[in-house]
Amino acid sequence: METTSGAEPVISQIESLSGTRLPECYQCGKCTAGCPVAERMDIPPTRLMRLLQLGDSDSALRANSIWQCVSCQTCTTRCPKRVDCASVMDALRQIASERGMLSPAEQRTVLFQKAFLDNIRRHGRLGEIELIAAFKVGVFLRDRNLPFLFRDAGLAPQLARRRKLHLVGEQARDRGVVARIFARATGAPATEGGAK
Amino acid sequence: MNLGYYPGCALHGSSNDYEQSLRACLGALDVTLAEIDDWICCGATSAHSLNHKLAIALPARNLALAGRQGLEEMFAPCPMCSMQLLRAGQAMAADTRLRDEIAAMVEAEIPSGPRVLNLIQVFQRIGLDKLKSAVKTPLKDLKPACYYGCLLVRPPTVVDFDDAEQPQSMEAIVAALGAKPVAWSMKTECCGAGMTMAKAETVLELSGRILANAAAHGANCLVVACPMCHVNLDMKQAEAAEFLRTKFDLPVYYLSDLVGMALGLSATQLGVDRHFVVVGGAN
Repeated sequence: METTSGAEPVISQIESLSGTRLPECYQCGKCTAGCPVAERMDIPPTRLMRLLQLGDSDSALRANSIWQCVSCQTCTTRCPKRVDCASVMDALRQIASERGMLSPAEQRTVLFQKAFLDNIRRHGRLGEIELIAAFKVGVFLRDRNLPFLFRDAGLAPQLARRRKLHLVGEQARDRGVVARIFARATGAPATEGGAK
Repeated sequence: MNLGYYPGCALHGSSNDYEQSLRACLGALDVTLAEIDDWICCGATSAHSLNHKLAIALPARNLALAGRQGLEEMFAPCPMCSMQLLRAGQAMAADTRLRDEIAAMVEAEIPSGPRVLNLIQVFQRIGLDKLKSAVKTPLKDLKPACYYGCLLVRPPTVVDFDDAEQPQSMEAIVAALGAKPVAWSMKTECCGAGMTMAKAETVLELSGRILANAAAHGANCLVVACPMCHVNLDMKQAEAAEFLRTKFDLPVYYLSDLVGMALGLSATQLGVDRHFVVVGGAN
């Protein structure tokens, strides 16, 4: 229901999701100058905006940049034309993940975010250990990278010693409503999720 | 003072030292916290990255629950949560159709309030004069680098708090406690935020730069008001140092730790003994 439909032109979808008028950008480059991860990006924010102005949403959606972005809001804050660049990044991520247009190198971030939302959908509140396990297993099934699977395992005893490790996370009582909120937001049936 | 309280997932998870700290500190200042009954996650970065509607609905459900409890003010100690709560509230205030749609989605009436407060605003509400007069142990040996990170001050159109480039509100509080905050360059740079798991190198590089800049400007500790910043700067400090082939020895305090210490509370009462980096080296 609320996922972006294929019928609407992508550029207007991006504008409506982000609440931004793309032609406003006059290419001053402040967004890229302040971006803490611009050097890790294949297409920096200023050029992403230009691609969208030219109607090339395909290149923008396939850029690794949108998954390097740390959502720090510096670009949005400094834009002299009030272009909400960080929200444009959100819109690009949403559309790219819905259409499966992810560069293979950036799958990890999406797997993490999907595992996070899946965790919330079922429990209402985040279960950290379950999230990390689901994320690590998901990544392992994709790329069979053993060192990554165990990379943070050494932290567990350190966290436990500081009483920061909760094997089972908290849950909301009314998990039924959480599942229904997710179903309405994603257009999926509310079959899973905890009982009310 | 009685405040509505939205802890958020981090403070009930591995950042429970932050909750311990602010409960001890605010308790000593006669602030009582009324937790939002049956609150749910705000959705954080994952929701705003993958589903715009969800990123409004999840915070909206919490605003509605606070409204049901008759709360006019809601303290959200995590800036990710407070920014999402503010953003959702503003989006719905500006668009009655959206507000009705979200009300139906979250099965609850959306109130026009409550006002969302971050930790610095809670101390401002208590008043710097009152804080100053309550100080028992002035923090005269501390030279903190006050670190705001991103979402306390950005985007200013949403959070409308302090100056987005050169905030000073935390410095004013720690100065009232007798500490000597340092002037430095990276108080609003990003620590890498929620990339801790998915892109560890991003966090090590960004957090490492922040720690190095604080040390270069003579700081002997950092102060934060964000659970995620604390994880990246404290728990990841040793790894960040290794990544940058350097060494750091910078304890990272929550703002409530410093206020609590000045009020005479112990490290154990505040949970400071549960941090990774403690005075005199790694814990």
